[in-house]
Amino acid sequence: MSDTITKVSIIISKGSLEGIYPGLIMANGARAEGIEANLFFTFFGLDAINAKRLGHIKVAAVGNPGMHMASLIGVLPGMSAIATRMMEKKMEAFDIPDIPEFMEMIADTGCGMFACKASVDLFGFTKEDFIPQVQEIITVGEFYAKAAGGEIIFT
Amino acid sequence: MSVETIAGVPIDLNEEGFLTDPRQWSEEVAVELAKREGIDPLTPRHWEVVRFMRSEYEKKGAGPSVRVLGKTSGVSIKELYELFPKGPAKLAAKIAGIPKPRGCI
Repeated sequence: MSDTITKVSIIISKGSLEGIYPGLIMANGARAEGIEANLFFTFFGLDAINAKRLGHIKVAAVGNPGMHMASLIGVLPGMSAIATRMMEKKMEAFDIPDIPEFMEMIADTGCGMFACKASVDLFGFTKEDFIPQVQEIITVGEFYAKAAGGEIIFT
Repeated sequence: MSVETIAGVPIDLNEEGFLTDPRQWSEEVAVELAKREGIDPLTPRHWEVVRFMRSEYEKKGAGPSVRVLGKTSGVSIKELYELFPKGPAKLAAKIAGIPKPRGCI
């Protein structure tokens, strides 16, 4: 093993705000360091590239101990929206881009963006459902071929 | 920390090859540092980014991140990565003789 990382492939499998951002930050940060990077969206992570949904990604208000709030409160209507708005305000203050802008920016860095074929078929999506930055819908085998020679990070 | 002769002048560099004293920088040093990073020659577009990095550092005490560079330097993120494939903010800062920007975004 070499002591420097030259390539990473990051899998995003969750559709919540806290499930999507870490992978995006890691992919963008990799490119900023000159590291080759690929993003692979699977299962609910597909929401991050869904043209109709990526602007409406929410924080999970229920079953999320990190919220420091009883799940009973989290189930109240609008709680997720309130938590998301609070989080977005904070992020804006720290100059973190929202998800649509971040996706465009990451594509501009030259990071690869791919959707998982099994999930796309399962949810009945087509390439037209996704933002234009998504290059291809690929199988898990094709993903491994693209990830060859680098690290794989699952989020 | 090490001292290296770059463009005929002794220059203090840190472990990552960044200048530890931005005052030791000159345009000749920039050309030499760029060569070491595989950027040869430095085109007018490269210079635009390098000079922008330096002026931001002089104003704010730190170089901008890639996102801020893309928004304020007049060079798009896409072009920044074409000019500096091994990381625009990092490489432009190195060539500009200023510390490596530490933002995560």
